Amino acid sequence: MSGSSSTGKGHPVKGGRTQAMEFSRTRYTARAQRRNKAATFGFYTLGFLVMLLIFWMLFTILAKGLPALSFDFLIKQPEEIDPGGGIGPVLFNSFYILFISLLISVPIGIGAGIYMAEYAPDNAFTGALRICVESLSSVPSIVFGLLGLAIFAEYFDVGLTILGGGVSLALLNLPMLARVTEEAVRAVPGEIREAGYALGMTKFHVIRKVVLPVALSAIITGVCLVAGRAFGESAVIILTAGLSTSGEMWDFNLFSPGETLAVHLWYVQSEAIVEDARQIADKSAAVLVFVVLLINLAFRLPLWFGKRRQGH
Amino acid sequence: MGSPVHNLTSRAKGNAVAVSASPKRHSRHLLSNTLFRYYFLFSILALCLVLGLVILFIGKTALLLFGQISPLDFFFSFNWTPEEEAFGAAAFIVNTLSLTALTLLIAVPVSVGMAVLCAEIAPKWMKNFIRPVLDLLVGIPSIVYGYLGLTVLLPFLRRASGEGLGDGLLAAALVLALMVLPTICRISDDAIVSVPRKYRDAAYALGSTRLQVIFRVVLPAAKRGIISAVILGMTRAVGETMAVVMVIGNTPQLAKTLFTPSSVLTSNIVMQISNVEFDSTWNYALHMMAFLLLLISFMLILVIRILGRKRREV
Repeated sequence: MSGSSSTGKGHPVKGGRTQAMEFSRTRYTARAQRRNKAATFGFYTLGFLVMLLIFWMLFTILAKGLPALSFDFLIKQPEEIDPGGGIGPVLFNSFYILFISLLISVPIGIGAGIYMAEYAPDNAFTGALRICVESLSSVPSIVFGLLGLAIFAEYFDVGLTILGGGVSLALLNLPMLARVTEEAVRAVPGEIREAGYALGMTKFHVIRKVVLPVALSAIITGVCLVAGRAFGESAVIILTAGLSTSGEMWDFNLFSPGETLAVHLWYVQSEAIVEDARQIADKSAAVLVFVVLLINLAFRLPLWFGKRRQGH
Repeated sequence: MGSPVHNLTSRAKGNAVAVSASPKRHSRHLLSNTLFRYYFLFSILALCLVLGLVILFIGKTALLLFGQISPLDFFFSFNWTPEEEAFGAAAFIVNTLSLTALTLLIAVPVSVGMAVLCAEIAPKWMKNFIRPVLDLLVGIPSIVYGYLGLTVLLPFLRRASGEGLGDGLLAAALVLALMVLPTICRISDDAIVSVPRKYRDAAYALGSTRLQVIFRVVLPAAKRGIISAVILGMTRAVGETMAVVMVIGNTPQLAKTLFTPSSVLTSNIVMQISNVEFDSTWNYALHMMAFLLLLISFMLILVIRILGRKRREV
């Protein structure tokens, strides 16, 4: 233990160098420090490799598909036999089904989240509700597909439809929406609620005018995450909306078959006989990933800028 | 609004409305307060109703199976040839379990390593880079993972192993490992970050290196959180369908090697459900497999809850 001058300089977190000079170098500490350095190097290498893998993956998908992409491809009909088919109706169906599913799941999911955060008393009933939400969020998507199939194809006997796909997808989204809303609402500080109550506001008025505006950006972020996931969901849609389209571009009929882009990627890859199936699959995958990234990022950008303006 | 409003100046309007029109407005607020309380309660009950529907619809059809074949045949026979009325699902069950185990074997060291890097080692700018990128990974559709597995991973495995096809458990496990990585990593990350700083300070004060602090203090303290993360990853791996379907080979047999084309519960359901009649033993058997998936997921959630309760007690 010599040279106490450098004791205060380096926090041990920074690494072993300062320590090494301070303490007499026994064989044990030397070995421990060598290992420490090797492990630090190892962790960084691991991180680097994983990041590399992720970016390579994104690059592979986008680079294969995007350069070959034309506007034509995005609006043309898919072809069964001739090459040169597009993805017009399936892309439209993707957005249409996403829209229907959000229309159903967002009000209920946010309502459920607000109940769990604001109203739920701390008792056994709430415990049971919480188990329900957690169990529901663990249900595999294929099971929701079977449920949709049982309800729409068997019970109501309407076959594979856009409506069935949208509703089944909404059921899949519900628990995640409830969870993100609950977290967002819980993160709102209690003082500002109390300020609202002190002004004589009712509970709902406080939620609508005080809590929700504060929690809004977190809720929107959550909804975007859910929407991105729903846009790429395929197992549910295959079972409930089918593997075909009605063959028209702007088909708003809720009871037409509703193949989406994700399902189309599967169909082209596994069953299609057109000779340019590989190119279509590449381009579809690129469009799919691009839209999902867009949903995830674009909706959040204004929020980021908003935050920055407020000086956070 | 109330009648006295018209003779007020615009400056005072806001205040005056609140005071003068208050009885009407107040009752409206009370009404909406009550209505929306019921609406929020209705929403959460709707969620429970959905869970009930899932269990009811899947379970009802699934249990019809045991009116037709014996549970022993279903659970312990490896013979799945629906055309000859043989519905033994043992191969799918074993494959699902071994696929999940293999996935975790690959994913857990990598994810926990990434979590340690994020929470303990990396400088701030690197954390702020890695965490959003991992979030990005969650958003990528499973079908795209499957497609990449099919077009990039399988040719690579074929070249590396010399196998003819390359599909099977290993390919599926590699794809799944990448898919559960962000799940396990982010939750373990949170668990590690929430370990109190004083534990680390105490260990450093005793002269530990960072590696020793990580492995002897931080990871044991964050153990329960990390196990919860791993189990959540498991639920995702067990229930994943489309990514697995594209790389596992879809042959109803037991996966004896890493490269045997085989099938798991989810992939078998999605491949066969559209070919079967609703009132057939085949359909009942597929529903029973879905019901099994449901039971496995519920069991895993139960384990997480128990772990969470213990963590709060400690």
